[in-house]
Amino acid sequence: MARMSMIQAINSALDVTMGRDPDIVILGEDVGYFGGVFRVTAGLQEKYGKERCFDTPITECGIIGAAIGMAAYGLRPVPEIQFADYVYPGLDQIVSEAARLRHRSAGDFQCPLAIRIPFGGGIFGGQTHSQSPEALFTHVAGIKTVVPSNPRDAKGLLIAAIEDNDPVIFFEPKRCYNGPFDGYYDRPAKTWADHPDGEVEDGHYTVPLGKARLVTEGNDLTVLAYGTMVHVAQQVLIEHGLSADLIDLRTLIPLDIETIEASVKKTGRCAIIHEATRTSGFGAELSALVQERCFYHLEAPIERVTGFDTPYPHSLEWSYFPGPVRIGEALERLVKAEA
Amino acid sequence: MSDRSPGANRPRLTLHVPEPPFRPGDEVDYSWLDIPEPDAVPRPDETAAPEAIRDLAYGLIRVLDFENNAVGSWNPGLPPETLLAMLRKMALLRAFDERMHRQQRQGKTSFYVKSTGEEAIAIAQTFALDRADMCFPSYRQPGILFARDYPMVEMINQIFSNNADPLKGRQLPIMYSAKDYGFFSISGNLATQYPQAVGWAMASASKGDDRIAAVWCGEGSTSEGDFHNGLTFGAVYNAPCVFNVVNNQYAISSYSGFAGSERTTFAARGIGYGIPALRVDGNDALAVYSATRWAADRARSNLGPTLIELFTYRADAHSTSDDPAAYRSAQERTEWPLGDPITRLKRHCIALGIWDMDRQAAMDLEVAEEVLAAQKEAEKNGILGHGLHQPDITMFQDVYEHMPWHLKEQSEQAARERAHKWPE
Ligand SMILES: Cc1ncc(C[n+]2csc(CCOP(=O)(O)OP(=O)(O)O)c2C)c(N)n1
Ligand SMILES: [Mg+2]
Repeated sequence: MARMSMIQAINSALDVTMGRDPDIVILGEDVGYFGGVFRVTAGLQEKYGKERCFDTPITECGIIGAAIGMAAYGLRPVPEIQFADYVYPGLDQIVSEAARLRHRSAGDFQCPLAIRIPFGGGIFGGQTHSQSPEALFTHVAGIKTVVPSNPRDAKGLLIAAIEDNDPVIFFEPKRCYNGPFDGYYDRPAKTWADHPDGEVEDGHYTVPLGKARLVTEGNDLTVLAYGTMVHVAQQVLIEHGLSADLIDLRTLIPLDIETIEASVKKTGRCAIIHEATRTSGFGAELSALVQERCFYHLEAPIERVTGFDTPYPHSLEWSYFPGPVRIGEALERLVKAEA
Repeated sequence: MSDRSPGANRPRLTLHVPEPPFRPGDEVDYSWLDIPEPDAVPRPDETAAPEAIRDLAYGLIRVLDFENNAVGSWNPGLPPETLLAMLRKMALLRAFDERMHRQQRQGKTSFYVKSTGEEAIAIAQTFALDRADMCFPSYRQPGILFARDYPMVEMINQIFSNNADPLKGRQLPIMYSAKDYGFFSISGNLATQYPQAVGWAMASASKGDDRIAAVWCGEGSTSEGDFHNGLTFGAVYNAPCVFNVVNNQYAISSYSGFAGSERTTFAARGIGYGIPALRVDGNDALAVYSATRWAADRARSNLGPTLIELFTYRADAHSTSDDPAAYRSAQERTEWPLGDPITRLKRHCIALGIWDMDRQAAMDLEVAEEVLAAQKEAEKNGILGHGLHQPDITMFQDVYEHMPWHLKEQSEQAARERAHKWPE
């Protein structure tokens, strides 16, 4: 066991898997000698050599396309896209190629990619360093989408993603790289040093894809969240004295529908929280599923708390972010609603 | 299926991964870098056929020699007042960069990007364009705005994301937009402006206009598909567009080898498209001016696009989020054989007898004062601070021309939250 930030935990996942499997290679902009703009791949080129951890030309389309070709040869590439906001030039290769390769070749080829992508806002990154485009990927058949919320999960989920034979989009909530973020940007930043989930096993372990985690248990309501929003939700629940099943989804596709269904049937009230824009966000899918499966158990309309349907603003970042006020208001409405 | 054995005695394949010549702590020696004499590639007529001037893509257009004289066929013969005007703009931009960088360090904004060492490029190029020509810059060409006398206060308002920010606090600092100054809104996504500039140029051509477009990206960004999309469209439609690649040797930590510089020049990218290509000493304001003028005149004469590689060195960090000491030798900057663009133009003006060190020193003070005054002025409108400077409604405006119902609802939500978070 060791104390790790999410950056260190992800680095450890890469290190552990690279050490076990010589077919694992890392590629991306600035990931080699420099170790990535967030330092996630630091030390890996030095340890495993330039052939296994290397810088690429600045073309996300090229990075993903080349990774698909490497996977076709038999490698297990772990490409990094520097920011989620820059994944779009690579979308064609992800959506039209990686996602469908197994299906269209009837299993002749497969595409074991784990595409690491820092995402989310809260760092004054403006509209091109803040986005949460997960719903673009969950909408595509053939791709798995994973979002860890803490160091321990990040390591186990990434190892599972790397060892999975399907293409996985692995979104890293960069606001939580160095500590859990509870939504209070104006208070001193917390680190992972004294958080229970900052305790990370040294060696190889996996957190299986498709399994959510019950962060807290309670009877008033169910809260579905992932990534940074898990911590914000937890803080709000404490402040409002609410007893909730707080479910950290961890994997969006495949989704742990059993855990969600059991919880909502128990509490009868469900709030869904994500930082991404609202319309056609992943919350809409969650809301539809909960309504379809738990309708007769619901005691109040499902609440969705999200970012606004605007580009991520620079100076108004904290007006945009679905912080404690927006969440608190929605949760109070939810628990007070009477059928 | 062929048998594997015929090749069995060949050496095994190996993967090539480029490696820069120097790393931190390394002794830097640029003697391998080929710096030809000025006029080694003489200036052809502006109507020359692209296939007749391919050597220009591999040479290096220079005007200022190492004795600070302007020599050879590319010498634009600019009058003293133009030389001094360019010199002043370059000094102003450098002073601006220094001060704005410090503002970021003091927490008055989130981010800043300097163009230190690259001042000659955007400034001399803009001097060579017409005021009505349309520029599609990357984040490293604020020199265009300086050359076109855009108010510095407005730039600083944008950098501070304050209540007078013309972009309403929406954009990351330095991602300016100034349509009236022929300056397209800067995108954070690399190279997207390349095909856009061509489209603007195609529109100008289709309307029988006489305005041309110019577009910039870094050498690292030439890897993006959009760079090639732009060149293809430019070539196919003979678009009146000047394509610029600023080769400052680095893309964040990645040296130019990761964009293909081990094999050929960036200018040579034009050859495959049948586009004339010039490679220029980007630290030589006169060469930059002259090459740009050649390309602009050519475009205006309906002879289509030109690609210009501006060979320079990123003398400072990529941005305030970067520390180059982690990946390159500090000696690179001092050893850069093509020097500093401001120093070189200054020395040339002194050599011409139109300038001296005293006037230079006085000018340096003046530009620093100008920047300081602009900053003071801008600071009256606030600095970046938790979004208190823009009314929340500005976030919802301009998403669409007319605000749909769901944004109206969300803006009411935002107003409620603000009243809760910051009660008057
Ligand atoms: C599509 C996209 N991918 C990645 C990035 C992240 N990024 C910002 S600047 C940069 C390096 C660009 O280098 P270069 O084109 O040489 O321009 P320079 O910064 O040297 O002026 C990178 C990778 C981005 N902004 N957009
Ligand atoms: Mg560059």
